Amino acid sequence: MTATLLSTDPVLAAFAEEVGESGPIAIVGGRTRWENGGALVDGTRTIAAPSGIVEYIAEEMIVKVRAGTSVAELHASLAERGQVTALPERGGTVGGAVAVGQNGVLRPMRGETRSAVLQVRYVSAEGKIVTGGGPTVKNVSGFDIPRLMTGSLGTLGCIAEVILRTNPMPAQTRWFASNDADPFAVHRSLLAPGPILFDGSTTTVMVFGHAPAVTEDVMMLRTLGTFTECEPPPDATGHRWSLSPRDLQTLDVAAVGAFVAEIGVGIVHASNPQPPTPLAPDVRVIHDRMKAEFDPPGRLNPGRVVGLR
Amino acid sequence: MSILDRLRGGRTAHDVDPLLVELQAALTPERVKMDSAQRSLLGKDASMFEGGVSGPICYPTSTDEVVAIAKIAERHGRAIVPRGAGTGLAGGAIPLGAPVVVAMTKMNAILEIDEENGIAWVEPGVINLDLTRHLTPRGFHYAPDPSSQQVCTIGGNVANNSGGPHCLAYGVTNPHIAALEVVTATGEVLLLGGLDAEPDGYDLRGVFVGSEGTLGITTKIAVRLTKNRPGVRTLLLSFATIRDAANTVSAVIAAGIVPAAMEVMDQKITRAVEHYVHAGYPIDAGAVLLAEVDGAEAGVDIDADRIRELGIANNATEVRLAADETERALLWKGRKTAFGAIAQIAPDYYLHDTVVPRSKLADVLDQIYEIADRHDVLVMNVLHAGDGNLHPLLIFDGREDGVMERIQAAGEEIITASLAAGGVLSGEHGIGVEKQPFMDQLFTSDDLDHQNRLRRAFDPTCRANPGKVLPMGHSCADIQQLRSVPTGVWG
Ligand SMILES: Cc1cc2nc3c(=O)[nH]c(=O)nc-3n(C[C@H](O)[C@H](O)[C@H](O)COP(=O)(O)OP(=O)(O)OC[C@H]3O[C@@H](n4cnc5c(N)ncnc54)[C@H](O)[C@@H]3O)c2cc1C
Repeated sequence: MTATLLSTDPVLAAFAEEVGESGPIAIVGGRTRWENGGALVDGTRTIAAPSGIVEYIAEEMIVKVRAGTSVAELHASLAERGQVTALPERGGTVGGAVAVGQNGVLRPMRGETRSAVLQVRYVSAEGKIVTGGGPTVKNVSGFDIPRLMTGSLGTLGCIAEVILRTNPMPAQTRWFASNDADPFAVHRSLLAPGPILFDGSTTTVMVFGHAPAVTEDVMMLRTLGTFTECEPPPDATGHRWSLSPRDLQTLDVAAVGAFVAEIGVGIVHASNPQPPTPLAPDVRVIHDRMKAEFDPPGRLNPGRVVGLR
Repeated sequence: MSILDRLRGGRTAHDVDPLLVELQAALTPERVKMDSAQRSLLGKDASMFEGGVSGPICYPTSTDEVVAIAKIAERHGRAIVPRGAGTGLAGGAIPLGAPVVVAMTKMNAILEIDEENGIAWVEPGVINLDLTRHLTPRGFHYAPDPSSQQVCTIGGNVANNSGGPHCLAYGVTNPHIAALEVVTATGEVLLLGGLDAEPDGYDLRGVFVGSEGTLGITTKIAVRLTKNRPGVRTLLLSFATIRDAANTVSAVIAAGIVPAAMEVMDQKITRAVEHYVHAGYPIDAGAVLLAEVDGAEAGVDIDADRIRELGIANNATEVRLAADETERALLWKGRKTAFGAIAQIAPDYYLHDTVVPRSKLADVLDQIYEIADRHDVLVMNVLHAGDGNLHPLLIFDGREDGVMERIQAAGEEIITASLAAGGVLSGEHGIGVEKQPFMDQLFTSDDLDHQNRLRRAFDPTCRANPGKVLPMGHSCADIQQLRSVPTGVWG
């Protein structure tokens, strides 16, 4: 029997039972991104996903964790072995972070959420436990259900458990700030910088790695401006804009309002919301078909629509 | 039959196929091939699979032409099968049921290098190594480096989510693809993903990568650029046993080091390679580990030293650090010509591809040697050990009586042993037709049903590369029927 075939975990079976086979249903995580995708239809039953770390194999750099586990709890356990995942730490659950699919500001160092999910187990609209992907760090066996589920806002299945890739934490992480540096020059000049945040006047940058490499980066920073070491910046809040790295060079400051931009990435945390851009009609057709295939009765997260931004 | 008729593929002038006429009108007569030599060549790929039957072969030069091909094929009720360089090892590009083959090799332009967005737009027919060569002077490269990179195409890499030695630290193809232009089987043009940080909607770009041509044809690809690393250290560690080499790999990962590459070669392949290219590999070692770390010049020695220590702690008999770029290139030449070296030993080989948890590598390798012994088959192992990706090479002479049955039987047992160790069917070659029969050992019926739903959302009429990946009973295509070409269908 292989590792990927049907789950025998009674906790997942109980969750499948709870999801059932009919009636509108949504999974609640930490409610930190509850409004994404629009409001839930009234009368939708809400339940929580099961929680707990099922198996953590630090030597394999993988962890199997139930969706209701908080990211904070997961990361606290991994930290004991000097590891972490790409999931953003914003007070939510693992299942929520995967369903929303966004990245944290540490993305340049930790990688993308969508690439961190190796295997996903979810309860389908028909109430069945379905597995996609596999437990190994490299895998091209069949269609990429984990990537489909990541960012699907729970509209295609109720995520119950995932296997995530873990990363070793770097030997050093240090933050520096400058009021006179060009953030784009910082991005061009450093080999593999961590996050570079810019709010219109201050550039805050993280450098990481082995001590000698960090020292080299700091020396480079000093050639680009007056940098002083600082505390990690507070979590960026506000509305989230998704732009291209180049768009940031011509950012319309009046449109975004107060902002913190992730240089080299393209995310802008802003006081104003990003104007919606509908999906191209042909792409929308595929989305609608995908939803109809995975959730024929339309019972999963009714009211929420993916691709509305 | 006149000479002219022969040139037309053995058919006579009065039964001109309307499909062909339309395709030739949409492209040019020269870029729609129908001769039997071409059709027989493109009926195969680099896999062992026979039985492919190709219909007309089109060489489009633009997205519009691909759209036209898709629409014409649809009108004639024919499937379309995209094809790159034909180096796939799982039979993904093998045409089943005389489909229209869409060979993407003439769409091979590097369209734009956009350093500010960290991407390059390329056409799918661009050769992997050509892209990296093009980027190198600007300080970048394209990270995934399959061993076939001198010939395989970026479109084929996208379709198979290909990997390579340096994908341990940098990841396989998927994370390196920002956006894709895709033509569906019904001729719609989709832009999947985007250059913005978090493109909205389902991650259809992520889903398309690795879909083996079954969701449509990609006609334009935004690949991510990776900055070249100034500091590189390449180590060659020798061991008495492959178990010691495998244990070193596990120890390195457990120590929190993710090297750029960790490749293991067993004694037989090491000897074959050394004999072939004189790379300076130790021929008396039971196995060698080629490990590479890269990054800023300051700092790489820390990881290199640590790998040396871990190797010694795991009984390395010799640890050599490449002294300069020449030695480094030579060590890699050895690894990258492994397949060429095999040709010196026997005319044929079957290259397998499974993944197991890293900690199970040594055990599964033991089983592989035992399986090969029992079936009286020569096996050599060269593996992307860092991510548990096994590549057992079964070496044989196809003219020998009964050898194919033995190769087949040994291969099946290797796959089963990998799955039993908690592994998966493929790390980088894909499922194609090769591993279809094993899919239900890895997935339940419901799992496969959901994979088919994903597929149907893109291709409801089941006309993009039908009969691949999903097994009989879960595929939208009638695989049986595809394999028995109806009489009268010539192309
Ligand atoms: C000696 C040798 C070494 C190899 N080493 C490696 C290795 O290290 N790592 C690795 O991952 N693979 C390796 N391979 C396998 C193979 O080279 C890869 O799978 C490669 O990506 C295939 O590219 P191709 O252009 O040859 O595609 P093809 O073989 O022509 O096609 C492969 C699949 O891609 C589809 N396809 C092609 N173009 C498109 C397109 N534009 N749009 C949609 N679908 C498309 C086809 O339908 C087919 O399913 C090796 C093969 C050989 C022969």
